[in-house]
Amino acid sequence: MALAKREPAESGYDLGPQEFTGSQMIWESLLREGVKTVFGHPGGAILPAYDALAEYEADGRIHHVLVRHEQCAAHMADGFARATGDVGVCIVTSGPGATNLVTGLATAQMDSVPVVAITGQVPTSLLGTDAFQESDVVGVTQPVCKHNYLVTDIAELPLVMKEAFYIAREGRPGVVLVDICKDVQIETGTFRYDFEINLPGFEPWPEFSPESVQEAADLLNESERPLILAGHGIHLSHTSDELLQLVEKAGIPVVTTLLGTGNIPETHPLSLGMGGMHGEAFANRAIQSCDVLVAMGMRFDDRITGRLDRFAADAKIIHFELDRAEVGKNIVPDVAVVGDLAETLPAFLPQVKDRRHQEWVDTLSEWRSETDEADIIQYEVEELIPPYVIRQLWHATERTEKRVIVVTDVGQHQMWESQYYIHEQAGMLLTSGGLGTMGYALPAALGAQMSDPEALVWCVAGDGGFQMTLQELATIQQEKMPVKIAIINNGFLGMVRQWQQIFYDKRYVGTPILSPDYVKLAEAYDIPGAVVRHPSEVVSVLEQAHATDGPYLVDFQVKEEVNVYPMVAPGAAVDELIRRPKPGHVQGYSGVQPSW
Amino acid sequence: MQYTLVAWMRDKPGVLNRVSGMLRRRNFNIDSLQVSHSETPGISRMTFVVDGDERVADQVVKQLRKVVDVTAVEDITNRLAILRELALIRVRTTPATRGEIMQFAEIYRAQIVDVNAENLVVQAVGTEDKVDSLIELLRPFGIEEMVRTGRVALCRGDERPKRNKPATSIFKAAASLNGSAHAEK
Repeated sequence: MALAKREPAESGYDLGPQEFTGSQMIWESLLREGVKTVFGHPGGAILPAYDALAEYEADGRIHHVLVRHEQCAAHMADGFARATGDVGVCIVTSGPGATNLVTGLATAQMDSVPVVAITGQVPTSLLGTDAFQESDVVGVTQPVCKHNYLVTDIAELPLVMKEAFYIAREGRPGVVLVDICKDVQIETGTFRYDFEINLPGFEPWPEFSPESVQEAADLLNESERPLILAGHGIHLSHTSDELLQLVEKAGIPVVTTLLGTGNIPETHPLSLGMGGMHGEAFANRAIQSCDVLVAMGMRFDDRITGRLDRFAADAKIIHFELDRAEVGKNIVPDVAVVGDLAETLPAFLPQVKDRRHQEWVDTLSEWRSETDEADIIQYEVEELIPPYVIRQLWHATERTEKRVIVVTDVGQHQMWESQYYIHEQAGMLLTSGGLGTMGYALPAALGAQMSDPEALVWCVAGDGGFQMTLQELATIQQEKMPVKIAIINNGFLGMVRQWQQIFYDKRYVGTPILSPDYVKLAEAYDIPGAVVRHPSEVVSVLEQAHATDGPYLVDFQVKEEVNVYPMVAPGAAVDELIRRPKPGHVQGYSGVQPSW
Repeated sequence: MQYTLVAWMRDKPGVLNRVSGMLRRRNFNIDSLQVSHSETPGISRMTFVVDGDERVADQVVKQLRKVVDVTAVEDITNRLAILRELALIRVRTTPATRGEIMQFAEIYRAQIVDVNAENLVVQAVGTEDKVDSLIELLRPFGIEEMVRTGRVALCRGDERPKRNKPATSIFKAAASLNGSAHAEK
């Protein structure tokens, strides 16, 4: 078994045997894993652990953030983990507390985010009796976890806690849940943390084969029209710099996935931005026209590939990937390089020839000049349209010295953000890519802010998603965290409405959505805010938000029926896209029949 | 095509559920699944018969390997192996048919393990084909009850899986079969 690569920093805590209650063991394990912040909600079956928390909170060793709904505890741990690269931790009670977590855990697991969830469980004597607030949490969460545990014996607890963090952190990160019976929390036992992990079935860091790297280099070196498709794995393995070196050495343009946004600076001449369903036409055309596609740390999600048998049909495919099971799952590559990008990329770089690919790059520039993006951004905006808001948000945040983190929800605004915000770094954008969880942005933004209170964190959400988790405004205020909130409020569940317009002949069923007065709502939580109805107000309100010390909410009441373009219908090939309408034109029912 | 996969896993509560849950969730088509002790205390052995093409079998192997409690996985489809299944079949009898049934059983080297006035129980061991064919022979007499174990497999001599090494990838074979037509059907 490969050695651990992501060991927590030396905590300075005693690892030797000591007597503790099960509850203390939970917190003592967290300390040894370097955890200082947890997101949670108490309840009956986790009460002993909360009681023990008092002494750890009193001297500031652990800070507990009380959430208003358990789903948000998982999202906050997720946002914290994405912002830091460390394991995020959430803790809730049994039954409804644990089942409420599920959406948040699935969100993190789908996007390979390291999270450890701790849940209380009814006492062992009541297991299986349908006791009050009992649910089969291990059974319920198994499909959305990397691994999970039920602890019925205090002797196992320290080992389980250490394994949980190890599994969550090592290899492709993911979610591990530890369900701990209440009597185990109360009992006293021997705690130690100095044992070696022995998991013969867990192979987090497969060794790469140098031959596969050579094969990949040979294929790439012969290419005339190479393209890199860079995913979340680049960010997770901290290989943005190596990627940039590769790009510049071999003259290869880069398309990213949604979670790969910012893998290379989007201002770089070889960056084509995001590909797939709402990628720019030139990015998707590049995918379809390249002769060698180098996919790095990505899993060929249907949102990026569109119709599989037409995806990059003329290209040889090289797949750099840590998780062996992703190789050949959706696309069988011609060369697979299985291993950690932090090892395979440095091995790959010297094998790759210096190239410019001028003809190919020129072709791409020509395609890029045909896009209508420029029109949308620059033409005189008389109405408040979302792309304009997003671009102004970028201008406003660009001027700050602070670290900027943008957290988006799911839907139209999420796609506009990825199109019109200019991401300079990997990890600038936190978003629910795989599961597409509405309600993610606000709690995840708070989680990210908790990890770095000095950062400028913008939560960008639609009026639909925001209303799914808006109760966390209270948590933001209780924690006194300066999260800035932009609501792209168009009175619809916008993306669903867009699909209804394009695929269902404009029958808007269940999509018109009423919003409260968000400024009044924020005021109720003592959070200042403003409404923006006209383009001329955008800049000054954003300035006001940045000038405000604490949190700030902006209700952008944007034009209602604006669509995200370009768009690839589900089941269509990525070059069969619906282009942006020319300024002044409205695109209506496409007559396209999606095939799913 | 049918693939025979063998997996070893830690003998812990819920492991079977983890494996079967993963197979269900990923929509794999499993013809049979058999679980038992292995020669190593604390390690269980599972034999799977997977219906699908090479890519499906490759995915099942890889996804099984991701289950933390699964310690090793082998695809033994192309190895020389002893494949066996055991069936217990309760057949309705009359004084007139009993002799014929016992004759059939003998031809198949099956044993009669229980007899009473109205029925008898045949115990058959062999490949699934052999068991299938005996069942078809017995069906006209009236099969009252039946249970089959599903396939168990053990490689012959030199073909034994080397379990300390990671399962060999059949991905390369799949890639060369498909050439650059890498997309899903």
